[in-house]
Amino acid sequence: MVLMKMKFSFQKRVKLAQALWLLSWVATIGGAVTFSLGVFLKTELQRRSEVMDNTEIHAVPNTLMIVGLASLGVNFFAGRMCQDALDPSRFPRWKGLLQPYLAVAVFLALVMLVAIVMSYAMKGNLEASLKVGLKNGIRYYKDTDTPGRCYQKQTIDQLQMEFQCCGNTDFRDWFEVQWVSNRYLDFNSKEVKDCIKSNVDGHYLVDSVPFSCCNPSSPRPCIQHRLTNDSAHYSYEYEAEELNIYVRGCREALVSYYMGLMNSIGAGVLSIFLVQMSVLVSLRYLQTAMEAVAGQENTEMETEGYLLEKSVKATAKEFTDKVLTLLQLNQVQAVEGQAAEGQAAEATPEKPVS
Amino acid sequence: MAVLKVTFTKTKRDKLAQVLWILNWVSVVTGMILLSIGFFLKVEIQRRQELMSNREVYSVPNMLIAVGHIACAINFLGGKICYDCVDTTKFLRWKLLMLPYIICTFFFTFCLLAGAFMCYAMRHELEESLSIGLQDAMRFYKDTDTPGRCFLKRTVDLLQIQFQCCGNDGFRDWFHIQWISNRYLDMSRGEVTDRLRSNVEGKYLSDEVPFSCCNPSSPRPCIQHQVTNNSAHYNYDYQVEELNLWPKGCRQALLEYYTHIMQSIGLTVLLIWLFELSVLTGVRYLQTSMENVLRQGDPDSKSDGWLLENSFAETARYNFNIIKNLGKCYQVDDDPNIDFQTPTQPGSDNVPPKPILFAT
Repeated sequence: MVLMKMKFSFQKRVKLAQALWLLSWVATIGGAVTFSLGVFLKTELQRRSEVMDNTEIHAVPNTLMIVGLASLGVNFFAGRMCQDALDPSRFPRWKGLLQPYLAVAVFLALVMLVAIVMSYAMKGNLEASLKVGLKNGIRYYKDTDTPGRCYQKQTIDQLQMEFQCCGNTDFRDWFEVQWVSNRYLDFNSKEVKDCIKSNVDGHYLVDSVPFSCCNPSSPRPCIQHRLTNDSAHYSYEYEAEELNIYVRGCREALVSYYMGLMNSIGAGVLSIFLVQMSVLVSLRYLQTAMEAVAGQENTEMETEGYLLEKSVKATAKEFTDKVLTLLQLNQVQAVEGQAAEGQAAEATPEKPVS
Repeated sequence: MAVLKVTFTKTKRDKLAQVLWILNWVSVVTGMILLSIGFFLKVEIQRRQELMSNREVYSVPNMLIAVGHIACAINFLGGKICYDCVDTTKFLRWKLLMLPYIICTFFFTFCLLAGAFMCYAMRHELEESLSIGLQDAMRFYKDTDTPGRCFLKRTVDLLQIQFQCCGNDGFRDWFHIQWISNRYLDMSRGEVTDRLRSNVEGKYLSDEVPFSCCNPSSPRPCIQHQVTNNSAHYNYDYQVEELNLWPKGCRQALLEYYTHIMQSIGLTVLLIWLFELSVLTGVRYLQTSMENVLRQGDPDSKSDGWLLENSFAETARYNFNIIKNLGKCYQVDDDPNIDFQTPTQPGSDNVPPKPILFAT
């Protein structure tokens, strides 16, 4: 039961080879583009690595880079192969190579598909990583004198200004954390003493946010201290005020930025995947059509090309059997050797009788 | 005594023509580069046009755009001419045009040089323009309810954040203007009315700066209110504190930014000028050698090419005489309708010498 049989006249074979040559060059460029997209995504993720808790999301750009490089090689060979395909004398060179080559190429295409799916599916992972990373960033904001954390303040400030966001989920996250270091608090002042006493852990918690949360589009000068206290500021209502500070949380801002990036990259890589699959399908048809020509006197006769010689199930079974045989090859040889020895030992005592 | 005479064989002439054809096309590309540089500079200045007080700064990018257009056209024509110069019959078509073309291109290179110098000289104009523009922008910072000025607050805030600067010369400029609108001042508070009364013009001045002056690299949370009052903040000495606010003034920051761009542009224009001059020299040699070949009659023979037929002084004197006689050409000496008592000499004719154009 042959899968997807197609008849190929000589002209059709020639046209197929030409189309394949062109497609393979397009797919090579596509491979290079995939690689560069992977590099770009990795650098973008690296820039904000300080607010990410883990590097699991880097699996997406890493996969893209590997697939891009591998597909460069695969498609280059496809191009070389189809140049030799139409010449019946040169084609047999590639005979032995084609089956494993196609297996590897199909595997690579599947990995590309997996990378595309990952770029959409890893949103949850990214969000969780950012949640923890931003929480730590905000917690260590005040520790500008602790080595290893002294740049957190600058990082968070620049992040909030660039992405126009404030805090983790929103600006209220700053109310729950002491972001003013004890070095700059006057412990003799009554206000500070009251604030610290009213808190269980002895933290200085206030309803203020850092200056980097301020929105330049606000018509009035930025109010960053005593945000929830309407009477502390003239003509100010905290519930109604929308433009004073950024209302979006940095986690949401970063997730939407990176998901936008990964979605566009995913869409681009999907089109490259389709080109790659068409290259592989055309190569398979060309191979099977040319194999039927081999050994015939009339090289311009019409032949049949197919995708799989047997049905999908039978081919899969055959493939797994082959792989298992390869793996068990040594075992089988050893068993056969012992059996042969056993037979020889049985045969020799009979000789003196005859 | 010809200036810089070089002898050309036929093959040398042909090679020169081909090389010049290619170089002229390269010059077309450099003309397009000039054009795009001019557009880039125009866009960069337009982005900050709210902070610049006069429009004279647009003269430099406009000049570059115009020069870029002319360079493309001139070099396109030059390419055509050089392409035809290989064949003496085709050269005859261009013979009369070549000399004016060379003169025009020579004067055009002066325009290029002027463009390069303008890039370097614009700095002073730009500084003045920025100084006044920034001053006005800071003055209207609070007028977010006035149409036409409502975006100045945002512009100034984003400028200070992006260029890492504060105020015109420094952060103290904010102390001299009222940047908090009266809409947000509680006039019932004694503190506010005291401040307003203590000022001659009734302005609310205080030692505060907007949040956009804050430096994120500072180890402590930003101090933007009561900046000069050491006792208002714990462990704070405003004379010593360097990282709290941006130390640079915005005029200096913008000036540095634009000067850097202009210097690179000026250098590029100078390089293009040198290139154009060398192409022009090649075209001049080609022209003189082709004309000498025609004069000799044999298209395959050797010919001389030069920059000027006679020395500089002689050529200058000759042209000066021509220009003088040009003026006399149209005098009414021999108008038959007017009776002049002119002293005649035997053998002289009253026909003035014909004006001869710049001879080769």
